[in-house]
Formats: sequence, C-alpha cells, structure tokens
Amino acid sequence: MKRLIFILPLLGFLLIGGYLAVGLTLDPQRLPSLIEGKPVPEFDLPPLAGRDDVGFSSDDLKSEVSMVNVFGSWCVACRVEHPFLMKIKKNDWVPIYGIDWRETDREAGPAWLRRFGDPYTLVGDDPKSKAAIAFGVTGAPETFIVDKAGIVRYKFVGPITEQSWDETLKPLIDQLRQGSGG
Amino acid sequence: MIAELGHFALVLAMMVAIAQSIVPMIGAYQNNIPWMRFGNHSAMGQFLLVAISFGCLMHAYVTSDFSVLNVVQNSHSAKPMLYKISGVWGNHEGSMLLWVLILAIFGAAVAAFGQYLPPALKARALSVQAMIAVGFYLFIILTSNPFERVFPPAVDGQDLNPLLQDPGLAIHPPMLYLGYVGFSMAFSFAIAALIEGRVDAAWARWVRPWTLAAWGFLTGGIALGSWWAYYELGWGGFWFWDPVENASFMPWLIGTALLHSCIVVEKRDTMKAWTVFLAILAFSFSLLGTFLVRSGVLTSVHAFATDPERGVFILILLLIVVGGSLALYAWRAPQLRSTGLFQPISREGALLLNNLLMGTAAGVVLLGTLYPLFIDAISDGQDKISVGPPFFNAVFIPLMTPMIVAMAIGPLLPWKRGDLGKALKTLWLSFALAILCGLATWTLQSGQSPWGIVGVAIASWLIIGTLTEVAGRIRLFKIPVGDSVRRFINLPRASWGMTLAHLGLAMTVAGVTGAGAWTVERVQSMAPGDTVQVSGYDFRFDGAEQKQGPNYLATEGKFTVTKNGNFVTVLYPEKRTYTVRQMATTEAGIHTLISGDLYGVIGDSKSDGSYVTRIYFNPLVVWMWIGAISMMIGSGLSLSDRRYRVGAPTRTSSSTQQPQAAE
Repeated sequence: MKRLIFILPLLGFLLIGGYLAVGLTLDPQRLPSLIEGKPVPEFDLPPLAGRDDVGFSSDDLKSEVSMVNVFGSWCVACRVEHPFLMKIKKNDWVPIYGIDWRETDREAGPAWLRRFGDPYTLVGDDPKSKAAIAFGVTGAPETFIVDKAGIVRYKFVGPITEQSWDETLKPLIDQLRQGSGG
Repeated sequence: MIAELGHFALVLAMMVAIAQSIVPMIGAYQNNIPWMRFGNHSAMGQFLLVAISFGCLMHAYVTSDFSVLNVVQNSHSAKPMLYKISGVWGNHEGSMLLWVLILAIFGAAVAAFGQYLPPALKARALSVQAMIAVGFYLFIILTSNPFERVFPPAVDGQDLNPLLQDPGLAIHPPMLYLGYVGFSMAFSFAIAALIEGRVDAAWARWVRPWTLAAWGFLTGGIALGSWWAYYELGWGGFWFWDPVENASFMPWLIGTALLHSCIVVEKRDTMKAWTVFLAILAFSFSLLGTFLVRSGVLTSVHAFATDPERGVFILILLLIVVGGSLALYAWRAPQLRSTGLFQPISREGALLLNNLLMGTAAGVVLLGTLYPLFIDAISDGQDKISVGPPFFNAVFIPLMTPMIVAMAIGPLLPWKRGDLGKALKTLWLSFALAILCGLATWTLQSGQSPWGIVGVAIASWLIIGTLTEVAGRIRLFKIPVGDSVRRFINLPRASWGMTLAHLGLAMTVAGVTGAGAWTVERVQSMAPGDTVQVSGYDFRFDGAEQKQGPNYLATEGKFTVTKNGNFVTVLYPEKRTYTVRQMATTEAGIHTLISGDLYGVIGDSKSDGSYVTRIYFNPLVVWMWIGAISMMIGSGLSLSDRRYRVGAPTRTSSSTQQPQAAE
C-alpha cells in the first residue's frame, strides 16, 4: 500500500505525456474562433483608392461559397501567401474577397496589388479595423471560409500554403459546395 | 570550413558523452577506480568540444557568414555587434547548442570541484548527466543542425526578430538556461542516489549548492524576461501567465521547494524520498518547458518556430528521462529510510509547509498551462480555449498569502520542536506594522481592491519579520550594541543569504501588488503641446521626430513631465520599424521613482499631426526588480558559505565556531 504513493508520480506523468502526444497531432494554428458557425458580421467597406469598384460589404458574401482574406501591404507573411492566392484566382477555384487591413497610407494597398497582382473579386479598405474587429481577426494574414448562406465555416490563421489548401481548405470548400446551402 | 569544424566537434562531443554515460556507471558497480575517474576526463573533454562547437557558430555570426543557413535566417550584416552575438541563441538551433554547452559546463564543474565527493556517487552522477546530454546531442544533430549550409550563399541575412534585439533579452536566455540546466545536476545526483539506495546529509550538502546556483540564475532569468516584457512590449504589464513564462516559473517554484527540503535532509535526516522526488520534478519541469516552447502544442506570444518533428523527438526524450526516472523512483524510493522524528511545529515543519504550498502552486500553474491542451485532446480540437490571468490570480494569491505569513515565522522556530506562541510573541512588531500598513493603504486607496491591502500588509509583515529574525540572531538591545555589531558582521553567509532572499521576495510582493492593484492608464490622442495628467504628474507632449537607427527607423516622441509645475523628467518613447523584417516594436519611455514608474508609449500618428499616446503610472514596480536582485545576491552569498567551500562533508563540522549555523 505504501508503495503506491511512490508509483503515483509515474502514473500522473504518463497521463500528462499521453495528452502531450495527442496535443502534438493537433494543429496549433487552429485558434479559438467564436465566429465559426455564425453569420458574417455586418460591414460595409469603401473601395481601395484608385480601384473603380463598389467596395465590399457583407451582402456580397451571401450567394456562393467564398473566401475572405485579411491582408495588408505592411504584412510580410501576406507576401509569402500572395503567389498562392494568385494561383487560386488563375484557376478560378474559389472567389476571394479581400480586406485591406490597417493601412496607414491609402495608396499603399493599391500599389501593393498593382505590383504583385490582384487576386481579389472585391476589396474593401479597412484602415480602422471596423470589419477586422467584427470578424475577430488576431493578425494578418487570416482567412475565413463562408458558405452559400453567408455563414462563416472556418477561420484559418497564417499564410495559406499548397499543403494547407490541399489538406484543409479545398476539402472543406468542396463539401460546402455539395451541401444544400450549409 | 569553420562551420564544419563546429559540426564535427559536436558529433565528437556526443561520442564522448556516450562513453561517459557507460564507463563510469560500470566502474561504480565494479568499484573500479580508473573507470570511475574516466567520468572526470570525459566531462572536461565534452565541455571543450561543445565550447569549440559553440565558438564556431559564434564565429559564423560575428563574421556574418551567410553561407550558414542559421545565420541567414537570424542575422543581418547591419545588425549591431551585441545582437550578432546574442543572435547565436536567439533562435531554436543556436539556443539548443547553448543548452548543451551549459549542461557540459555543469558537468565539468562537478568534475573540477567535486574532489571531495564520494567517487561512486560522482561517477554515477556524471554518467546520468552524460545520458541527458546524449539525448540533446542527438536532438540537435538529427533535427536542428545549426551548421547547415546554403548554396549559393545569401547576399544578406533576414535579421533577428526585432523584439529580441534588446540588451535585456541578449542575456535573458543564457540566465534562464543556467537555471533550467542547473537543475540537471540536482537531478543527476538524485538518480545516482536512487541507484545507490542511499540519501544522507552529505548527499544533501552536495545537491544544495547546485540547486542554489540554478535557482539564483533562474530567478535572474525570469526577472530579466519580465523586465523586458515590461519596457519592450509597451503594455505596461510585466507578467502575462503565458505558457512560456509558466514554463520557467514552474521549475522556479519546485526549485524553491527543493532548496528548502535539502536543508531538512541535511539537518534532520528526514524527508529524503520527498527531496529526491523534488529534484526529479525540478528538472522534469525544465524539460517540459523546453518541450512546450518548441513543439507547438501550445500557442504563445514568443514560441520558437514550431515543428512537429522536433516535438515528437522532445516528447520521446521527455518520456524516457522523466518516465524512466519516475519509474526508478517508484522502485527504489521506498527503501530510503529517514531517521529523524517529525513534529509539525518546528523548523522542519515550517519548511514542509513551504514545500507543500510551493508544490501546490506549481501543480496549479501546470494545470492552468496544460488545461487548454486537455480540452483540446478531449474535444478533438473543436474548442481551443486559453486560461487567463483571472484563473491564476484567483488561485495564486490564496496560496501565496499563507506562505508569506509562514515565511516570517519559520526561521524563528528551532529544529525538532518549536514553540509557536513564543515565535509569534517575537513578531508583535511585524504584526502591528502589517496592520498599520494595511490600514494606511485602505485609507489612501479609498477601498478599491482588497488584494492591494492584503499585499501591502503581508509584504510589510515579511520585511519586519525577517529583520526581527536578524535582530534576534545578533541579540540586538539585549547585549551591548558593539557586540551586536560584531555578531552582525560575523553572521554566516548562508544566514545573510536567507535574509536577503526573504527580503527580496517581500519587495517583489510589494512591487507586484502595487503594479497589479493601482496601475493608472490613460490612452488618448495628443497634438504637440497637449498635456495630460496621470496620478498627479503632468505629461506634456512635445512632438515627435524621425530617427535613423543602425537597422531600424524610429519615431521618437518627447514627453516633459512636471509635478505641480516642478520639472521631473523627460521621457523619450520610441516606435521602431525594423527595415529588414518590416516589423514594428515599441520602446517605452520610463522614468523610475521609488513610488512608481512614469511610463510613456507613443503609437501611430494621425493625419492631423497628433499621435496616439499611452501614459501609465505603475506604482512600486522598481521594487520587483530590486527584490529579484536581492534574491539573486542572497543565493550567491549562501552559495559562498564556508560549509560549501570547505567542501568535505564530514562529521567534524566547523559549525562549532558559529553556534547559530545557517537557516
């Protein structure tokens, strides 16, 4: 009986070790998101300077499965992600909507898109984080998958890569497209 | 060429470590003296080889050798020299190399200074130390080689994360690692003792200095990290209960418990199995910290680049080291016999209380840190949650309050059997002053936070209580003052150490309380010439100008601070943009007063020429840093006590000259 006390630490540790092992198999980029499963928040952003479109508002997201990408010309990781977004655009895999977040210079965002290419169907200018706060954005880049009914289904943190697209985002988008509106 | 030499030296060091983990262990079994001695030579050899390897990496950084991948990713030719050097350990691979370097330094120190150690114990401890080292060498060589080349060489580097380009953070990791890795020595001695099946006063006397050294460094490391967060992150805070901070705090808590339980083993020959358990635990927490930071199982503000492959490796290492040692413990610890009797009201009883509270505190921090992970594992990643400061504050304050109350009483109790009433009577002054300070606080702060009052009361209780203990030791006012002064000067250094460490903790508690309960924060947009008043100080914004640093651009703001029209100071907060990584950092402008810090931060500019500014008054913060320094000096003094220097832990103790021996 007394021996048991000396075995307890080992058992306790094995339990913790088991949890750590499970923890390793999960994706640390999956942060808590309160927005998943909820309708897209209401917002109405003006267009970028020099772009002749109509801006970007929550109503634009209610017809088909789409992706909302938060970026900024100041964000290095967005540069990393950008070529892959161009690839999505070129192959017409899914429409991407952009939120140009926290630009201090109104010209910087448009200049960035002119230089590296524009993968976005519509882009809204969000220097004051109006939409970003409503979406619960923690950093850039961040991407949201929205279904046909305009409900946010997934929040992806960090740059989208070939791998995360193939393994996570594309299967989800395919699944949402097959479903009857979400 | 130099990089290859470094890589080669590291592989050689691993070979030596493999030999060191086998030969002395067998030597100890067969009582073969030359084989046991092999441990001394190999520990020295290992140290030399790792030092060469580390030097090679440092050479690559200092000379900006951009054919080495690690240098490309973490350095830049325009970076100041200090950060070229600190860049060596400002990344995953380099910091692991620093880890094994410190491990080797500790091993070599045992070989060099342990001439009085029983040869078999020393051989086994060095062998265990080498086994840990082998695991880490393998980890570095297989998954995190810092000497990897790139071809063609890069034109310039990608620069070190700007947040890490800071003098405080340049020395923070080495300090922290000296602490973490220092516990490996206590661990190795614990395993060696379990193998031998014997723990005695001599063993405790050998373990304690290593623990003291590790604890002192860890205290410094944690304080530096916290100081850095305070002035660099610009949130006015200093501790965020972030997983990485917790990872360093848990070994500190357990290390504190170990430090105290070693005294009981040494003086009273009891609590042996418990002390061995703490020694294993302290190092296990250090390893767990390493795992949490690098594996990516928990997200954190300052985690290293995460890589599941490394995570798997460290997890396996953790399972072998911790699981193995706890299995050995389960098997052997029941045979450790204690002879001392145990009365609850006694010095050892007070130390046990310290152990229980520290252990519980560490358990709570562990639970809070891993809880998100448990939820994650159970719910299949559906809801990630994080446990925030409210949880930690709610459980930590009730645990620390009785501990600090007991901390003033414990040193006044004699060994074996104490008289609580007598001890409490001695403390009447502390009690009166604690109540007085608490009441004064209550009046001044007009009843906002009950914790503020409690914090001030227990901090003053501990300060006066600790001073009372010193006064008792030198028999102040009971014998002529001259004699008291002589006694004061001749107090053993260990007793000085305890006094300073306990005072340090009291000051830290005061600082944490002040900053936690009464920080005043103002956020506003200010145009040049605007004035804002915070806690009686007028902050006038005198505008901002652009400055060019070596590898950054900065907006430097200027605040002139006055109080009732009298000039106090000028603050120069900066907002820096590091050109290579396009990352912005904040440098708060801080002016420290005894009563608190004046703290200014400059934010973004607006189109009308005004700036968003944040002004804080953080009361008593400086006492946290003074307290931490006092704890470090305390551990250093205790470490230099003559009973450790005189070495041979023999029965003819020198304490006859000093009837009031340490602690």
